[in-house]
Amino acid sequence: MNRILDIKNLQVSLPTANGVLRAVRGIDLHVDKGEMLCIVGESGCGKSMTSMALMGLLPKRAEVTAEVLDFDGLDLLSLPKKERNKIRGMRMSMIFQEPMTSLNPSYTLGNQLCEAIMRHKGVSSAEAKERAVYLLTRAGVPMPEKRLDQYPHQLSGGLRQRVMIAMALMCEPDLIIADEPTTALDVTIQAQILRLIRELQQEFGTAVIFITHDLGVVARIADRVAVMYAGQVVETATAQELYSNPMHPYTRGLLNCIPIPGKTAPGSHLESIPGVVPSLIGELKGCAFANRCHVSTSECSQRTPSLELEPNSTSLHQVRCPITATTLQEAM
Amino acid sequence: MSESTLSLNAATSGLPVVPEWRRIMNRVVGHRGLLLGSSILGVIVVLALLAPWIAPHDPFAQNISQRMIPPVWHDKGTWDHIFGTDKLGRDYLSRLLYGARISLSIGLLAALISGLIGTTLGVLAGYFGGRVDAVISYIITTRLALPVLLVALAMASLVGGGSVETVVVLLGLLLWDRFAVVARSTTQQLREAEFIASAKVIGASTSYILIRELLPNILSALIVVMTLEMAHAILLEATLSFLGLGVQAPMPSWGLMISEGKSYMFFKPWVIAIPGITLMLLVLAINLVGDGLRDMNAPEGRN
Repeated sequence: MNRILDIKNLQVSLPTANGVLRAVRGIDLHVDKGEMLCIVGESGCGKSMTSMALMGLLPKRAEVTAEVLDFDGLDLLSLPKKERNKIRGMRMSMIFQEPMTSLNPSYTLGNQLCEAIMRHKGVSSAEAKERAVYLLTRAGVPMPEKRLDQYPHQLSGGLRQRVMIAMALMCEPDLIIADEPTTALDVTIQAQILRLIRELQQEFGTAVIFITHDLGVVARIADRVAVMYAGQVVETATAQELYSNPMHPYTRGLLNCIPIPGKTAPGSHLESIPGVVPSLIGELKGCAFANRCHVSTSECSQRTPSLELEPNSTSLHQVRCPITATTLQEAM
Repeated sequence: MSESTLSLNAATSGLPVVPEWRRIMNRVVGHRGLLLGSSILGVIVVLALLAPWIAPHDPFAQNISQRMIPPVWHDKGTWDHIFGTDKLGRDYLSRLLYGARISLSIGLLAALISGLIGTTLGVLAGYFGGRVDAVISYIITTRLALPVLLVALAMASLVGGGSVETVVVLLGLLLWDRFAVVARSTTQQLREAEFIASAKVIGASTSYILIRELLPNILSALIVVMTLEMAHAILLEATLSFLGLGVQAPMPSWGLMISEGKSYMFFKPWVIAIPGITLMLLVLAINLVGDGLRDMNAPEGRN
């Protein structure tokens, strides 16, 4: 397998008035070329922080450390700023959550679409325009030639997100980070956009890190899934494996929260995970999920678990749980 | 896809397609204040520009035998001097026309200088926040605590007052506060916008982000401030000249004309009324334009 991105023990800390907030606490992730990796987790679990650390968008006071932060053989942490900017613009791009503010209202779409490619690749404006029209067409934007002269306020949210997708593909990046790109859209448009991202990802062979809190979205598009909790990856597996054989109690809890048409009786209460996310300030002792876990034992709050390979699975399935897989199986 | 069919329907539905400039024109014409203000301002600007060609007399030419001729609507008025003459026999209309050039250029240049200072400070404070913001906010509040007129008077008497350039620089250095406040708050609103993050992602430098990405979006607010400060500067220039520390005689400044006429105001009120009314008209017009532009930019006015 060809890896485009390899992360080992990534940590992000932010100094706050109440102490150091450790938003990301040692993440190990990798993305293969042309793969769709979904990072799932609830608000504040560090998924956006991870993506911002990758793109270099964190505020200056944030401290980023990692054993390995390797993008296609280049170490992102030690790379000089100029080189890093080049990679960020050309080989990695980002799709944001809020389509209403991710385009500059003062410039035409053509101007914004062509900016990066002309800047980084020295492409003539005619060529850049041609590519913009092609990608807009591929992204399902009607009348693409006309759109180039339009301003963002003349487009609907769904259309703008399509433009953002086209913009992310302009420089033929190897990796796109999509940070909840469908959260601000309504459900029908959301489905269209998801299908579009999946189609284009497969067509252009681009690796995508798709960040979301919606397991329903994950099921539709992911090759592989990483579930995050309190700044750590608690379970990672192929999408199929994760849905058929979820191991971590948190993953199971999340899956139980989703109503299943036909199975969940109308009017019945939906499952929920009791408790709240622990504060991310300072160290956490033991398993971060222990206080909300219904199978936790006294040992869980003592022993800090590491991400370990699940022995029974055929594919790469890793779980961070102090209770061994067999006992977990019995406890459920 | 549903979106494509929808937009095709709109394009082929036979609704009259109104071009963008037409819609903007309709809105401008529909706004009475803006229309009135820009008409008056337009007339004054044209007259000021054409002053050398349309002024009936040399504004500096004195003629003691023709002192204090009343304007044409008076019994003793003549068509030769439509607005009469001053105590030195200089044609009032010609002096007004040339005076408009001084008022307008001082207003525009002072507003430009203060706009440059205020916008730079405000954008830096708003974008970087933290310590930069604390220092700049302190400078802004210090400036706000100073009474403009008193400081202007003190400075003018220190440097000797006099030339148009001095007044421009002086007012430019004093009137930047509103620019700074507006630029700071609008920048703060946009700082976290995702298009700014997008620009960072493609590797844009900070100066590029500030000038190319941010500035165009706060420009409309700054233009409104600019009109207000222009009116402010024109009034202050008139005040300074009236008090003898602004533009000096024999330059035909409107404030100076009012000042020179004040000893006659009880018996020959037009000496002071004519430049007074033109000054009021100009300031009113600029303010109307400013208000109108603000309304044009406000989202609730868009259609």
